[in-house]
Amino acid sequence: MRSAFTICRKELKSYFSSPIAYLLMAMYAVIFGFFFWNAVGYFVNISFQAAMSGRSFPMDVNEMIIRPLLMNTSVIGLFLIPMISMRLFAEEKRSGTIELLLTSPVSDMAIILGKWMAAVTLYACLLGISMLDVAFLFAYGNPDWKPMLIGYLGLLLQAGGLLAIGAFISTTTKNQIIAGGVTFGVCLLLWVFEWVAGYETTAWATVMAYMSVVRHYEPFSKGVIDTKDVVYFASVIFFGLFLTARSLESLRWRA
Amino acid sequence: MAHDKDDYMIKVDALTKRYDKTVAVNDISFEVPKGQIVGFLGPNGAGKTTTMRILTCFMPPTEGSASVAGFDVLQSPMEVKKRIGYLPENPPVYPEMEVEEYLSFVGRLKGISSADLPARVSEVAERCAVADVRKKLISKLSKGYRQRVGLAQAIIHNPDVLILDEPTAGLDPKQIHETRDLIRSLAGVHTIILSTHILPEVEQTCDHVVIISRGKVVAKDSVQNLTSRLRGQEAVAVEVAGGTAAAIQQRLEQLAGVARVVPRENRHEAHTFEVESLPGQNVRAALAKTVVEAGWDLHELRPVALSLEEVFLELTASEQKEGVQ
Repeated sequence: MRSAFTICRKELKSYFSSPIAYLLMAMYAVIFGFFFWNAVGYFVNISFQAAMSGRSFPMDVNEMIIRPLLMNTSVIGLFLIPMISMRLFAEEKRSGTIELLLTSPVSDMAIILGKWMAAVTLYACLLGISMLDVAFLFAYGNPDWKPMLIGYLGLLLQAGGLLAIGAFISTTTKNQIIAGGVTFGVCLLLWVFEWVAGYETTAWATVMAYMSVVRHYEPFSKGVIDTKDVVYFASVIFFGLFLTARSLESLRWRA
Repeated sequence: MAHDKDDYMIKVDALTKRYDKTVAVNDISFEVPKGQIVGFLGPNGAGKTTTMRILTCFMPPTEGSASVAGFDVLQSPMEVKKRIGYLPENPPVYPEMEVEEYLSFVGRLKGISSADLPARVSEVAERCAVADVRKKLISKLSKGYRQRVGLAQAIIHNPDVLILDEPTAGLDPKQIHETRDLIRSLAGVHTIILSTHILPEVEQTCDHVVIISRGKVVAKDSVQNLTSRLRGQEAVAVEVAGGTAAAIQQRLEQLAGVARVVPRENRHEAHTFEVESLPGQNVRAALAKTVVEAGWDLHELRPVALSLEEVFLELTASEQKEGVQ
């Protein structure tokens, strides 16, 4: 486990000593900032209308701002995750440093876990930026923090799963662009699979819809932890890391 | 060599590696006694890197076995990896890291305890002469420094066995000299295999040499034996005018002590041949005499140094002949 942390530390260091981390954080700050501004603007507008018409039903900040924001963040994640995961193995393969890792007395799993943990940590840093915006809601309003925390937990689980898949894809190529592109495609598919459930009820449609990431994230955004969804994300993480391990092993045989 | 079986630090036995259809390493066997430096000599694509990658557990062999310090690369790769330091052809450095940071990372990866780490890092940095760039980014370093950082990385955990893939490639003459001295100084404590395609490098650095060509071992010997064997052979370029190329070649081939006559170029009347003599034979005088007696004009007679490629060709050719007999 010590070697996994060693690799994790080195990966984080690489992220933060290259422009990748800062670029992602800056992009994320702008995009999330826009969504936040949008959601708050809409909320304020509705509040005024409600006040003008004399109706005073309780306005729910969690339901009207935080939840749509979290759903948006879930979708933004699909776009940012390939950028985090694409370099994980592709870069080491291209520069030849993979030879150092694979000839050091560390298990393949330690290498994979270390890299995956670093990627998840970087994603957590991005989420941390969104919390700066959300902090304003706590300053000026009175939202409930518990469902929000569950929402963030769900985002981390989602990212964990997609990053594991991205790590696998990154082991299959030396080219970061290819790794990023394919991962993006897979992330996108895992998002839109849900749409078939809208008009199809066949077994295939049910399976496809079940595979959709967004579908399993939705309960989290409401502050609901459902075992079914936790199992789904845990399986994706496990499956992704398992594939990565197999792929790394086959790299030795084929290299 | 009177060595016990246990004295061998590295044992390679009937090792074969096939990729898809091509055979990179074909049934090679050799041993390296403890504390020795063995040069792994061969042209590009001979299978040097593949053999080294198998020894470092980077890839498994297709057939045969290899062991380091008594541990088999397939049975107990972790034990093997703990005992080897490996410098691949391109130093496996992270350009975005500082030298010291990189060495600490590798040290931790190799299992050095946090307490010992700073001392080990400064020791190897000193030893490999990279102490003055400790705080520099690796991306800013010259090729020579990078190579030495790679070497420092390989010895940081004080491994029993060092595997160096072309450690002097791309360095300037001064750096090559320093690197060779460094490698020499590491022998004794470490058992070293280094690959190269430069013959003098083997002469200057190694105790033993294993020559491989097209995936096969063509020679395995101590450096002294090998160099004397190679020096015994010489080639002479002769330029002769006055006869047909075929007639001259035939005549020269009949001379005693001549191994091979290779036509080189033809200019007007004159024909140039390269005459290779058998080991230990000097055919120059006989050559001159023969040419003059045949009534031809001898324009030039000069010794040609056997280039490395020719050495390889010679060795592979003789090996094949022996195989036929």
